[in-house]
Amino acid sequence: MSNNSSLQVMQERDMHKVVVGQKIMKVVSQFFLYLFLFAVAFVILFPFYWMLISSVKTLDEYLLTIPTLFPKEFDFINYAEAFNTANLGRLFGNTVFVGVVSTILSLVITILSAFAFARLEFKGKNAMFAALLATMMIPGELFTITNYKTVNDFGWLNLEQYGFTVLIVPFLVSVFYIYLLKQNFMQIPNELYLAAKVDGTSDLKYLWKVMIPLALPTLISITILKMMGSWNTYMWPNLVADNEKYWLVTNGLRKFNVTVDNRPDTPVQMAAVAIVSAPLFLVFLFLRKYIMKGVSRSGIKG
Amino acid sequence: MKVELQNLTKIFPSRNKKSNEEVIAVNDFTLTIPDGKLVGLLGPSGCGKSTTLYMISGLQKSTSGKIFFGEEDVTNVSPENRGVGLVFQNYALYPHMTVKQNILFPLQNLTGKDKLPKNEMLERAYEVAKLVQIDDLMERKPNELSGGQQQRVAIARALVKMPRILLLDEPLSNLDARLRLQTREEIRRIQKETGITTIFVTHDQEEAMSISDMIIVMKLGIVQQVGKPQDIYDDPTNLFVAKFLGTPPINVFDGKVQGGKLYIGEDAVLDVNGIDDRDVYVGIRPEGFVPTKKGELNCHLNNVEVMGRDVSIVSTNAASLNPVIRSIVSSDNVKNIAEGQETISYSLVPHKTFIFDKETEERIYF
Repeated sequence: MSNNSSLQVMQERDMHKVVVGQKIMKVVSQFFLYLFLFAVAFVILFPFYWMLISSVKTLDEYLLTIPTLFPKEFDFINYAEAFNTANLGRLFGNTVFVGVVSTILSLVITILSAFAFARLEFKGKNAMFAALLATMMIPGELFTITNYKTVNDFGWLNLEQYGFTVLIVPFLVSVFYIYLLKQNFMQIPNELYLAAKVDGTSDLKYLWKVMIPLALPTLISITILKMMGSWNTYMWPNLVADNEKYWLVTNGLRKFNVTVDNRPDTPVQMAAVAIVSAPLFLVFLFLRKYIMKGVSRSGIKG
Repeated sequence: MKVELQNLTKIFPSRNKKSNEEVIAVNDFTLTIPDGKLVGLLGPSGCGKSTTLYMISGLQKSTSGKIFFGEEDVTNVSPENRGVGLVFQNYALYPHMTVKQNILFPLQNLTGKDKLPKNEMLERAYEVAKLVQIDDLMERKPNELSGGQQQRVAIARALVKMPRILLLDEPLSNLDARLRLQTREEIRRIQKETGITTIFVTHDQEEAMSISDMIIVMKLGIVQQVGKPQDIYDDPTNLFVAKFLGTPPINVFDGKVQGGKLYIGEDAVLDVNGIDDRDVYVGIRPEGFVPTKKGELNCHLNNVEVMGRDVSIVSTNAASLNPVIRSIVSSDNVKNIAEGQETISYSLVPHKTFIFDKETEERIYF
């Protein structure tokens, strides 16, 4: 009986009301979702906003007791001043040089070792790979001391003689990238390799003509991540590059100090920071797809 | 080009070091494949047929034995220098290249005096594409093609460098039934047109029988029988071969030979002179049964399946090793089977009846 009556209730209920109820629920939940997202976005974006508006304020406006949220007048001269006094041109040049050279060398090493681990058969392959992976457990900072000792023994700290070597070589091998690419290579079916063999290719040619094109998305990710890494690296160059000629953007910026009447000229410094951040910002804006792919997939089939 | 295998053996070492279970994938394979023939390498999965193919291509090294192409010993020649074309079961097309680039790939790898000028490469590619009828798909990527089209591209890629031997590994297994029929005709046609000695691997006996000039039946790494399809069907050397070939399959019975007569159960079905008394297996092809009023072999009649031209009579017999006996007879023969009839008797066609030793399962001729 009760079953029957509840059925009746279902039938008699006004479907219009149900639809309206659903709509209200949806709007309310969306409201809270967006509220949360806005709050988080604000926390993340506000410092950037503050950097940008500070960089175009005059020093006097910046020093007001009650800061302005929007500059009263725009003072773009800060940028020119920052560029000239901080010697940003040379810093950019140095960083791009180090970044490009280390990325290219790193790619070569990564591709060749990933190929060896993914395709070739040799004694101790698995043990070697396990040892490599084990080094990932150690935080990078811990390497700093031993690396410093090593480069010191090599004499690379003499920058006049060895140039950028000390900034490039210690970071050429990245176990993570090797791992990433090896997983990617291993997804390429073995038959392609056998087919290429029958078609008369050498290992190297197969790598170049088949594997690299197929793993291109991953290689692009690695390139971008490596470039960003070189751009952002701070501790190591700060430690080893004591000669101003070899400063990179990060430590150049840290040591950059402009003063007006013994007070730091913060707007100019902000302008310098904005200039230095711009390339990374652009990279992220346009190549976001590849960056996400690179960090989110390690062995997960795409 | 003639292919000659001499005592070819492949042993895979055991996986873990403790047990010494080696796997003998191919055991002492000796065979000569005449020039320009289409040869089917037939056997159940795991019988070493693909391993044999890979050894001929050079992708796997033989443990012992020799391989000759013509008069040339190629046993230690690496795959890229053997001049074979190989079509893989899953086609193994390069997914990032167009059909044209896929077909051109083997030609671009030629070096030294074999190197062709660009326009000649293109010419060759289009020629072979026309042969397999994909010349209108040249700019597509493999994932834009159907299974049958991919198959043709794979064949074209294998053919374009004019291989001395063409090898096909289960070429039809990824195609649907209709396409399979069509493609096997196609393979036959292409092979005829090019005249390239072709070896293909299959586990489908119908496929092997329908297009091959010659069949090699393998089991557990050992060659069972080599010959023309019809010869093997009509004259199997052992029980395995008899069972493996033919649809519907051969009917096998427990039987015995006594006093020059072959018995199935209590029925003396054939005169077999010159065989000592012993227990045997009796294999009878479906077309070896003739239903007659006074036939020697008495069976229980289950039902009659009409197939148009022929009918298939399904019956049972206590001595049968198959669950049911299936015999194929022409429809005229069943007119005298009455409605509700429960037994049927057959006389047997001697040359469709084979006797096998119970121990060795080898054929006993009579």
